[in-house]
Amino acid sequence: MTHEEQVRKMTDMIAKFVGFTGKKLPDDVIAKLSELREKETDPMPKVIYDTMFRNQELAVKLDRPSCQDTGVLQFWVKCGTKFPLIDDLEALLKEAVVKATFETPLRHNSVETFDEYNTGKNVGKGTPTVWWDIVPHSDKCEIYTYMAGGGCTLPGCATVLMPGEGYEGVTKFVMDRMTSYGLNACPPLLVGVGVATSVETAALLSKKALMRPIGSHNENERAAKMEKLLEDGINAIGLGPQGMGGKYSVMGVNIENTARHPSAIGVAVNVGCWSHRRGHIIFDADLNYEITTHSGVEL
Amino acid sequence: MVKYENGKKILVTPISAEDLADIKIGDILYLSGSLTTCRDVAHRRVVEEGREIPVDVRNNAILHAGPIIRPLENDKFEMVSVGPTTSMRMEKFEYEFVKTTGVRVIVGKGGMKEQTAAACKDFGCIHVVIPAGNAVVAAVAVEEIERAEWRDLGMPETLWNCRVKEFGPLIVSIDAQGRNYFEEKKVEYNKRKDEEIEKICKEVKFIK
Ligand code: SF4
Repeated sequence: MTHEEQVRKMTDMIAKFVGFTGKKLPDDVIAKLSELREKETDPMPKVIYDTMFRNQELAVKLDRPSCQDTGVLQFWVKCGTKFPLIDDLEALLKEAVVKATFETPLRHNSVETFDEYNTGKNVGKGTPTVWWDIVPHSDKCEIYTYMAGGGCTLPGCATVLMPGEGYEGVTKFVMDRMTSYGLNACPPLLVGVGVATSVETAALLSKKALMRPIGSHNENERAAKMEKLLEDGINAIGLGPQGMGGKYSVMGVNIENTARHPSAIGVAVNVGCWSHRRGHIIFDADLNYEITTHSGVEL
Repeated sequence: MVKYENGKKILVTPISAEDLADIKIGDILYLSGSLTTCRDVAHRRVVEEGREIPVDVRNNAILHAGPIIRPLENDKFEMVSVGPTTSMRMEKFEYEFVKTTGVRVIVGKGGMKEQTAAACKDFGCIHVVIPAGNAVVAAVAVEEIERAEWRDLGMPETLWNCRVKEFGPLIVSIDAQGRNYFEEKKVEYNKRKDEEIEKICKEVKFIK
């Protein structure tokens, strides 16, 4: 394959994968939603979960995006320095989004700021979002794809606390956000929390936390404990599906962290909605791929 | 009118104030008949500019939504995907809107506030939510798009007058007595949140 052919092949594969993730939720999300559905006993949450499952079936059957808000596309790339298409990657991802927009179809969700017009192609200055992690001595490329809908983007918030406020302050910050904005972000939510040194480090981690599988834990024992405490605490609020009340509120809480300045605790929260359209695909140097989030997909 | 079928309570347009009288917040309903999409700019035109709404929504239903539509031949359209948008954005127009148009059922996402609750009480109307993120379930309940008005507003804002069958589930968020489900729930949620914060804070004193 020539280099150009490789670029075209990868573009097509990403476009297909993006379109696919808009129609079918990842395995871990479906499993968690099934579990939460089983645990609800009141008619209202039951009816809402039944609707959600019927919708996901129909989306696949009729080949349509399951939620009309297919979001802004975001990619978190962990790319080996020896991956043959590293130089083409950013342009290729943009092209793949345009392709997916017309083929899937996806909603037009890219409005240029200040000029305030919709580009009609789902791409614009800096969209799709691409975050880079460079992996030395590797020839592989790992890509997380995410559709960030408007409703679930809205609760996002970051701040810097004084150390005196401690992890108690982190708790309050996260919990307050759940009842003010979280309930309108289509629960059950996946909650991502970043604990770091400044607003931007915490904010980026809070989004990356949403890429971690549901049910995984932070490797630090205290952070993992806090994930569990927050999960139980938010569940006890009883937001239920759609924030209309139920026994549970969240699919999970994932915390990601770094070290911090002694005088500051950066903290951020980001949420994914029940329609958590995340994908994960790993390419080798020959563009053979492995998809970890969705079983049984062929691109 | 109201009909019961397969264990479902179905509102069928035209709907009267009496049909809504014993409906309570939290009830689960379905809708058959005339449903028109109507959002930000259409509200503004009716309320601020005093223009007459070109689709008669009196005793019928509106939906706060901007759908994805596929044009067919002969000025016909197909509903591909439709989901509710945040109703709160229409709050500042809704009292006047209900008063002028005589709409009976407002379908949307999330709660609305005092103005809408007052309209529901004064004019015999309800606000209901359809669970969001279920664009395909909602689209397949649309049997036909009968009319498209104010097309100059573009696809999301056009008044798409749909004939729907058992559109739902619709959960009553404001009833015709003016009770507000989300506002009542929020009080509960905040109380439980404060209790949980207190519990968690005892366990996370990592800075010593
Ligand atoms: S919050 Fe998620 S499920 Fe709800 S409307 Fe937005 S994208 Fe769809």
